[in-house]
Amino acid sequence: MIEIKNLTKRFGGLTAINNISFHVAHGEILGFLGPNGAGKTTTIRILTGFFPPTSGSAKVDGLDVFDDSLEVRKRLGYLPENVPLYNDMRVSSYLGFAASLKGVPKERGEKEVDRVINTCGLQPVRDRFIGKISKGFRQRVGIAQAIIGDPDVLILDEPTVGLDPKQIIEIRELIRSFSGQKTVILSSHILPEVSMTCGRVVIINEGRIVAEDTPENLTGKDSSRVMLEIEGPDKEIVEKLRTLHGVTNVSVDAYPGGGSSRYTVEMEKGKDVRGLLAQSVVESGWRLLEMRSSKPSLEDVFIRLVTEEVE
Amino acid sequence: MAVVRRELYVYFSSPIAYVVLTIFLLLCGYFFYSAFAYFSIVSMQTMRMPYAAGINVNEMVLEPLFSNMSVIMLLVMPLLTMRLFAEEKRSGTLELILSYPVREIELLLGKFAACLLVFCLMLALTGLYPLLILIYAKPDIGPIITAYLGLFLLGSAFIALGIMVSSTTENQIIAAAISFGALLMFWLIGWGQSFAGSGLGKILVHLSLLEHFDRFTKGLIDTRDIVYYISFSLFFLFLTLRSLESKRWRG
Repeated sequence: MIEIKNLTKRFGGLTAINNISFHVAHGEILGFLGPNGAGKTTTIRILTGFFPPTSGSAKVDGLDVFDDSLEVRKRLGYLPENVPLYNDMRVSSYLGFAASLKGVPKERGEKEVDRVINTCGLQPVRDRFIGKISKGFRQRVGIAQAIIGDPDVLILDEPTVGLDPKQIIEIRELIRSFSGQKTVILSSHILPEVSMTCGRVVIINEGRIVAEDTPENLTGKDSSRVMLEIEGPDKEIVEKLRTLHGVTNVSVDAYPGGGSSRYTVEMEKGKDVRGLLAQSVVESGWRLLEMRSSKPSLEDVFIRLVTEEVE
Repeated sequence: MAVVRRELYVYFSSPIAYVVLTIFLLLCGYFFYSAFAYFSIVSMQTMRMPYAAGINVNEMVLEPLFSNMSVIMLLVMPLLTMRLFAEEKRSGTLELILSYPVREIELLLGKFAACLLVFCLMLALTGLYPLLILIYAKPDIGPIITAYLGLFLLGSAFIALGIMVSSTTENQIIAAAISFGALLMFWLIGWGQSFAGSGLGKILVHLSLLEHFDRFTKGLIDTRDIVYYISFSLFFLFLTLRSLESKRWRG
């Protein structure tokens, strides 16, 4: 559905994105991840036809975003970062305006507005001024204007920025409900959001793609870890655990008090040493208070990829 | 069209249109009143003088009124046009609206038309003054109609230039200041005739917004004047379109 090939964009001497390529299949929700200033918004702006790439091409539904800009924009719903909306309009009249600009026929316009108001839960504010509603509702108006006219492709640039946790969950659920019907690019620098909603993730940093995979595979690539809380002498415990087969590193994280310490044990890939750990702790006469395995989060992967790039 | 409706909605749901209309009508009303009052005094006096030549209500009241109206327009029109693009650029809504399947030219013409409609309302309300004269005196109707045609053409030229300036900046104050300065420059450019020499002087006079307007108030319709205003408007609308599209080809 979306094909991006060798896309490069320079602003004067600054290279915002450098030769990036990826694709999004129909009905897929793609997480587009990167730290601030990585080039996410630049890529998205090229996709929406706001400015052309310096080189390379971007296609939506087989149509070039620059040559067939108007046709592409008919298939596109876009929520820009910071949700720029007309504060001086009422929610329903704004959505009506968006519908008519998006070519929804007049006789269907009102129905379409009602539909997106229901989908996005905007009934309580439909006759209020956009400038006077809460940030959560504002964000939903932004999504509502994106899905009005039922476009096939949705591009959402940081849709949950500045929302409280409850609102984030609601928006996330709304986005997840598009899965299978619409092709979605969800740009974000909030990692849990992406791992929860997206089937696939593209991570970009400093204008280049550093990883592209499912969230599961990305987190699976890193070695797994075990967290332990043990009552006993630190140094001896660390030394003892290091000697165990399959353990690559042991470190002390914290001293919660009461004579116990927390440890992180890193294991070799594909090995499960939990049993061995428990056994050797108990056999040494120390007290094992807690043990849990922790998979590396997408956050860890992200930080590793992004910092690797810097080195 | 949706853009026209939205712009009109913004003009009239915010104080912009009301404030501009009120100021414009107040000033015009004052000019009209003082010109008319003066005229009635003078006409009283001439009635008592047997040899005095007949005085003309067109020349003494309406002509100055229309010239004054054009000067007030010079002051208030930038206030109508300054926000048209500058505000959308600042708030980022321009980026969103350009992601809709809308051509730049539709957007531009929509905004232009909306502003022109507000301006027409403004003009229509001043129609009260000639109407009052019609009741109490016998003016020539022709010059009134041509003057309104002239004011309309002049207004659309002002709007076109104002929109162009608005499309180049994110700041409304800057937009208003530059369009006011540019309009004033085009207004006064003809003054250069006296020192610019005959060739250049003629060009400067022809460029002047003021020069072309005077004939309309006297009841003259000259195609040169009409062509001037229309090409002035089209030229600035064209520049606006280029400025809107520039980010598309400035790879």
